Amino acid sequence: MAAEKKSLGKEFTKGIIKQNPVMRLVLGTCATLAVTTSLVNGFGMGISVTIVLVCSNIVISLLRKAIPNKIRIPAYIVVIASFVTLVQMVVKAYVPALDKSLGIFLPLIVVNCIILGRAEAFAGKNGVLVSALDGLGMGIGFTAACCAMGIIREFLGGGTFMTGLQSLLSVFGDGVLGGFDGIDFYKVFPFLEKLSLQPMTIMLLPSGGFFTFGVLMAVTNRLAERKGGKKAELNGCGSCPMAAICGADKAECESMKNAAAPAEKKEAAAE
Amino acid sequence: MKFYFALLLMGLLTQNFVLAKFLGICPFLGVSKKLDTSAGMSAAVVLVMVLATAVTWPINEFLLEKYDLAYLQTIVFILVIAALVQLIEIVMKKYLKPLYKALGIYLPLITTNCAVLGVVILNVDNGYNYPQSLVNSFAAGLGFGLAMIMFAGVRGRIEHNDIPKFLEGLPITLIAAALVSLSFLGFTGIIEGMGLM
Repeated sequence: MAAEKKSLGKEFTKGIIKQNPVMRLVLGTCATLAVTTSLVNGFGMGISVTIVLVCSNIVISLLRKAIPNKIRIPAYIVVIASFVTLVQMVVKAYVPALDKSLGIFLPLIVVNCIILGRAEAFAGKNGVLVSALDGLGMGIGFTAACCAMGIIREFLGGGTFMTGLQSLLSVFGDGVLGGFDGIDFYKVFPFLEKLSLQPMTIMLLPSGGFFTFGVLMAVTNRLAERKGGKKAELNGCGSCPMAAICGADKAECESMKNAAAPAEKKEAAAE
Repeated sequence: MKFYFALLLMGLLTQNFVLAKFLGICPFLGVSKKLDTSAGMSAAVVLVMVLATAVTWPINEFLLEKYDLAYLQTIVFILVIAALVQLIEIVMKKYLKPLYKALGIYLPLITTNCAVLGVVILNVDNGYNYPQSLVNSFAAGLGFGLAMIMFAGVRGRIEHNDIPKFLEGLPITLIAAALVSLSFLGFTGIIEGMGLM
């Protein structure tokens, strides 16, 4: 019993640091890069993904014996898409500002590789409780990564912290937390303007997103190495949720990653 | 005609799917190590994007919108794309052997590529009509290809250089992507400047 409890805890915590989906497994990069122009946006995206992830993990785990193996990926996609639609409706209705700033990336949670990846790698094989915890842990890890990116980009790019908080809290009514709507460092420290220190708008642009992610990745790599871990890498099949339906073409998938296999080998495998 | 040209320029340069919209980052980082693989992947993406738009636009217009089912868009689109990719694969395997050999291995990966679902949803959101949607998808696919092929060149250079150890691997790739994306900022305003919009 004690051992089981310990492993439950392990399944929960692994997603937060050790196997952080964004920083360690390099999954869901599109969403991470696109929406993290501010902390509030990143947090909103993280929460949406976490909800979808936990719900779909639970349902897929419940249905894992009912879903035939051959059509499991389409089945998973239907489950995930249903929950994404639900979340989309809720966000549209209650947090319209978030819906606006996430834009197309809200429906695109469907193809977020974290979710399909967890369904394929974990929920389709494990019990309900463990799967839910796994989803929750991975979701928190994703949220944390998004928040970290959001804080850095918002601070450097706009000189603010947590702006737009009220739009996220509008679900709970007006003026929650005393109407706190983030800090504008240019208002708190007026001398910044006198020094003609401008925020680096570039950090809010796409290129700043890539740059921040790269630097964060370098830092996490360094930390992981110090702990004796491995560098984060896009390891073709390992992180690709479609690896399984790539069929027997695993060798091809690998060769695509390395792009080193001779063409004849590819053809032989395709036959 | 002007508008179609504007769409083409937007997809290629100012609104590049990878470098400006962050769609399709996974294949951009994963498959761009070598020129021929990135070209193959891009060709497959262009093909699937255009075909997916060709199928989903009528479905949305004549089925979902007509019967007030627009909330089913996400589910319907992703399923249609998944089925379509399977179908393309089967047809290709049977009748277009050489093409299948060139593009086949990339097709399953495209199902969960957010660029494909993204372009389909964007077409609907922007209210493009049928030919406009098709051109927009084609342009988006070309833009994806341009970014992939350019970046394959950049990565080739990176691999033959001395890189600080802590930046080796993904970090330097991402920083290089940042610079490429920065260079694309130079195209901002080109469409307005040419009086196309």
